[in-house]
Amino acid sequence: MSDALTQMIFGRLTLEALPLHEPIVVGAFVGTAVIGLALIGLVTKYRLWGYLWTEWFTTVDHKKIGIMYMILGIVMLLRGFSDAIMMRLQQAMAFGNEGYLDAHHYDQIFTAHGVIMIFFVAMPFVTGLMNYVVPLQIGARDVSFPFLNNFSFWMTTAGAMLIMASLFVGEFAKTGWLAMAPLSGIDYSPDVGVDYYIWALQIAGVGTLLSGVNLIATIVKMRAPGMSLMKMPVFTWSALVTNVLIVAAFPVLTAVLAFLSLDRYVGTNFFTNVLGGNPMMYVNMIWIWGHPEVYILILPAFGVFSEVVSTFSGKRLFGYTSMIYALIVICILAYLVWLHHFFTMGSGASVNSFFGITTMIISIPTGAKIFNWLFTMYKGRIRYELPMMWAVAFMLTFTVGGMTGVLLAVPPADFVLHNSLFLVAHFHNVIIGGVLFGMFAGINYWWPKAFGFKLDRKWGLVSFWSWVIGFWVAFTPLYILGLMGVTRRLRTFDDPSLQIWFVIAGIGAAIIAVGIAAFLIQIGVSILNRDKLRDETGDPWGGRTLEWATSSPPPAYNFAFTPVVHDLDAWHDIKARGGKVPAEGYLDIHMPRNTGAGVILAGLSAASGFGLIWHIWWLAGAGLLGVIGYAIWHSFDYDRDYHIPASEVAATERARLALAEA
Amino acid sequence: MLNRPRALALRFATFAAAPLALGGCDMVVMNPAGDVARQQADLILWSTGLMLLIIVPVIVLTAVFAWRYRATNEEAEYKPDWDHSTGLELIIWSAPLLIIIALGALTWVATHTLDPYRPIGRIAAGKPLPATQRPLEVQVVSLDWKWLFIYPEQGVASVNELVLPVDRQVRFRLSSSSVMNTFYVPAMAGMIYTMPGMETKLHAVLNKPGDFEGMSAHYSGAGFSKMKFRTHAVDQVGFDQWIARAKAAPARLDAATYLKLEQPSEDVKPMHFARVEQGIFGRIVNLCVAPGQPCMTESMHGGGHSGLPQPTNNIVRPRTEAAFQRAPGEDAASPRTDAEGKGASAPARTGSGQRVDREAPVKGN
Amino acid sequence: MSGTPATTADAPHFWETEPHHHEAGSSTMLGFWLYLMSDCLIFAMLFAGWGVYGQSAAGGPTAPELFDLKLVALNTAMLLFSSITYGFAMIAAQEQNKRGTLGWLAVTGLFGAAFLGIELYEFAHLIHEGAGPQRSAFLSSFFALVGTHGLHVFFGMIWLVVLMVQVAQKGLIAANTRRLACLSLFWHFLDVVWIGVFTFVYLLGSMQ
Repeated sequence: MSDALTQMIFGRLTLEALPLHEPIVVGAFVGTAVIGLALIGLVTKYRLWGYLWTEWFTTVDHKKIGIMYMILGIVMLLRGFSDAIMMRLQQAMAFGNEGYLDAHHYDQIFTAHGVIMIFFVAMPFVTGLMNYVVPLQIGARDVSFPFLNNFSFWMTTAGAMLIMASLFVGEFAKTGWLAMAPLSGIDYSPDVGVDYYIWALQIAGVGTLLSGVNLIATIVKMRAPGMSLMKMPVFTWSALVTNVLIVAAFPVLTAVLAFLSLDRYVGTNFFTNVLGGNPMMYVNMIWIWGHPEVYILILPAFGVFSEVVSTFSGKRLFGYTSMIYALIVICILAYLVWLHHFFTMGSGASVNSFFGITTMIISIPTGAKIFNWLFTMYKGRIRYELPMMWAVAFMLTFTVGGMTGVLLAVPPADFVLHNSLFLVAHFHNVIIGGVLFGMFAGINYWWPKAFGFKLDRKWGLVSFWSWVIGFWVAFTPLYILGLMGVTRRLRTFDDPSLQIWFVIAGIGAAIIAVGIAAFLIQIGVSILNRDKLRDETGDPWGGRTLEWATSSPPPAYNFAFTPVVHDLDAWHDIKARGGKVPAEGYLDIHMPRNTGAGVILAGLSAASGFGLIWHIWWLAGAGLLGVIGYAIWHSFDYDRDYHIPASEVAATERARLALAEA
Repeated sequence: MLNRPRALALRFATFAAAPLALGGCDMVVMNPAGDVARQQADLILWSTGLMLLIIVPVIVLTAVFAWRYRATNEEAEYKPDWDHSTGLELIIWSAPLLIIIALGALTWVATHTLDPYRPIGRIAAGKPLPATQRPLEVQVVSLDWKWLFIYPEQGVASVNELVLPVDRQVRFRLSSSSVMNTFYVPAMAGMIYTMPGMETKLHAVLNKPGDFEGMSAHYSGAGFSKMKFRTHAVDQVGFDQWIARAKAAPARLDAATYLKLEQPSEDVKPMHFARVEQGIFGRIVNLCVAPGQPCMTESMHGGGHSGLPQPTNNIVRPRTEAAFQRAPGEDAASPRTDAEGKGASAPARTGSGQRVDREAPVKGN
Repeated sequence: MSGTPATTADAPHFWETEPHHHEAGSSTMLGFWLYLMSDCLIFAMLFAGWGVYGQSAAGGPTAPELFDLKLVALNTAMLLFSSITYGFAMIAAQEQNKRGTLGWLAVTGLFGAAFLGIELYEFAHLIHEGAGPQRSAFLSSFFALVGTHGLHVFFGMIWLVVLMVQVAQKGLIAANTRRLACLSLFWHFLDVVWIGVFTFVYLLGSMQ
């Protein structure tokens, strides 16, 4: 085959792109391949492909989509955490020597760690939780656009697949998780890494944006009768604010990545050093998205804690109104602080002060929220179930992270702490101590709703303590190292007196690894013991909001009768006033039909992205045409829903009532 | 269960105390050798102190409530429907507000006092700036992956070695040859970005003689980890001696040397240059060091349009070709094609364009 | 709305037991509006890019030298006319006048095609003169902004054609009128964005 033809077919993809000479990557590949083949083998052996396809991949049920998001988050957490362990090991070893990773690998690893943890762990977790819980909390049967929901999920997954592909085919970006220009431009990063970064995020970004649109429309339009905005559960409120932030922030990311890709593909001069380009524009734009992104992650966690603290304290949430206003204030201020990420770029003192002070102002509503949780516990009857333990650990951990955050908002202090390990410790303090603790609280809290049995307590405790202790052991040294003037992303060190701190941090990471393992074991053990952990009532915690008003797991239609809301804690109100669910008079229920369109469109997008990354232009073009063509073809399908007959609803509900009473 | 809140509180206390316990030895950020960094460290302590006024009560209250209102404690009061108190609401909003007002005022003042673009106001606490002392100017360029220091008044230059006289104000003018870096000497003052095609400024002073570490704190590519330099603070005699030694060095910093120096290299040992070509820093900032490139400073377009931000650089120079501009099979050529060091031997980017116009990158000063 | 018999006489109804119609697609317009707002933000960033780069001509041709306002005025007229004719299509659709709807949609499509044709001619002319997007940041931001708008119009036209086929096949059923309304929002939105492009890029750009 002639070179030109090979070039046309494979673009710049050659056999050399496969990292066959790199033992770590080959090892990772073999491991992944073995696990993957084992999974495929099992699925084939038990003839589950049909089941997976019809019940899960093509589902438009928000509950199943929510669960798939959580699975995606957990899988990617393992990948992102492997990166973390490798970094910790390198930094603990590389004193006066090169360690075991060269720059080529180490730089990819810290980039991938950041990108994966934010975009493909934290985002799927919060989106999954919102997807699962919000329609149930507002008494709806599904989201506003069920098909779009499925499509969003698969686009996010397609982005994740591209990132995973970069591990084995070619390489990932060596730029840091925000791919700052001009380093990420074609002049300094001509390889495929940054292209993987761009297309993975662009494709996943479409999913995130559409899921944001979907959830806003759902919350605005689909609330149960009587649920005015100020009677909405706090988690739903935080979901609403989060999705407003998503819809208002992700277009900025789309635009900045589009500029970067134009620079890389067309040769424009947005972020170049020459011909009028301006890399500072990149820094500004990426942080105009990046800072709201932080709140996109943390606000749903705040919502989870509000539900958890109120439920397990057996009390109404203290200061509901001020909680809601705090959320809204945070939402607005989130857009007025982006410059605090680069005080050291030389903006004037007045500009720096302005952004420093707006940043500090955010701590006021955030502080108010902490106080509100505190006074919800006050004069309560706190049951220390796992979700509540995560909530208390959060309150203690997060306040410290918040404090160091405000410290970093003081520009002159930031001048010495910026880009240091102190900064790294700070944002892990709020993201692990806030977002991740929130997600674990949420998973432990809503698991019985999703599967009908509680999670095992013993392994949950192991996971909890390992995470909490591991976090402090891993990141306290980084705070200290930051004050010792040690900066981030370093691969090697000279000063041997620093090594002990990195070793301690490494031990912390190992303890966190135990926490992750214990979490997976917790899930496994709980599934094995599901009969012992079974909850037939649908309301194992004495819940207060509507998701606890239906069975666990809820039927496809969520509620046989739509609840009518009279009070803030609607389900608590119904229970207190004896509002029994009717046992007859069921009606046909109108439901959307499953469709494979989401999988197909996302697959075509991923193919197109892969073609663009490797300059395989025919593939890129075919993928794009495929997406357009298939979307048009899909739009000719007008028959997208069906009815569940009343008799079937009646049978489901009677079975459930019988179980609950038994 | 019993000890959990207490254990957490204890852990926090340990954490909070750790910096204090260790402060004396190697906490260079908290115990620096330069007055600017000293003031920045003080600001960290003041801000932390202010915030602890609210953080400590919150943590204590969390622990106390978590313990006191546990379900097994039947003696504690239980008010399941109590969810509002105007008085409390007032406190929980106004207490943080007051702290932030104090901290905000502190921030405003300190940010202006410690603005890196502003000449320092004193040599050290209780030691005013001598009226006759002119700041020492040092021009700093971050190259791939080393630091170039030019002393224009002395006419010498060095790589990866910064020597400063103690108690003399230094005025750094900084730029970069390729990508962004951050100039950071923790013992001296906070960091500042160095950016290609742009100039930033930093004013600082070192008060104690010594040997300090300097580095790039902003990731800039494969050789980043070793992009370090030693900073020596010496007395005036020592400084003069160092200058004399540098002047005796055989090498000279001219355009040709610079273009060679600019090529990626890692872990570079200190170098000295006896003479420095006139105005080379300005040409470095304007990315027009290569011979035959006119550096025009006049704006070509019809003046500033009020209200719109000004362009930061209008440097004309060919660059790596983008994907769609390349012939099939042609690989992009970049000085840093690969991080494994191949880049160092790659051909130099040819600079044959001309610079047309650039304006001050950063406003505010 | 009536509930089940509650335990006490004054207890409120907690469950909706009457058949109740969530109108199909009742959230569609809100959802589409939200999408448009996000799209609007992309344009906001493109305009911001224009604001920052609009004068960074890097010694190359500048806006006043390049822009042909007469051509742009003609182009603007095309797009504005297409908006009006789309309005007529919507009126016809409301009257359940299928032929009228299709006719006006076709006219809209023709105006849209004329707009795109003129824009492509302008781009080709600029590139031919050596003023392509690679020449300077000013031209990069110009092509990005105007090109993104053009791309939107292009996809709007694909959608328009698909919708004409669907209306021809299925008639003006509820699903189709909903889609017509969404495309209407989209089309007018592009018009509004173009007003911004015309004002900030062409008019103010020419007056630099």
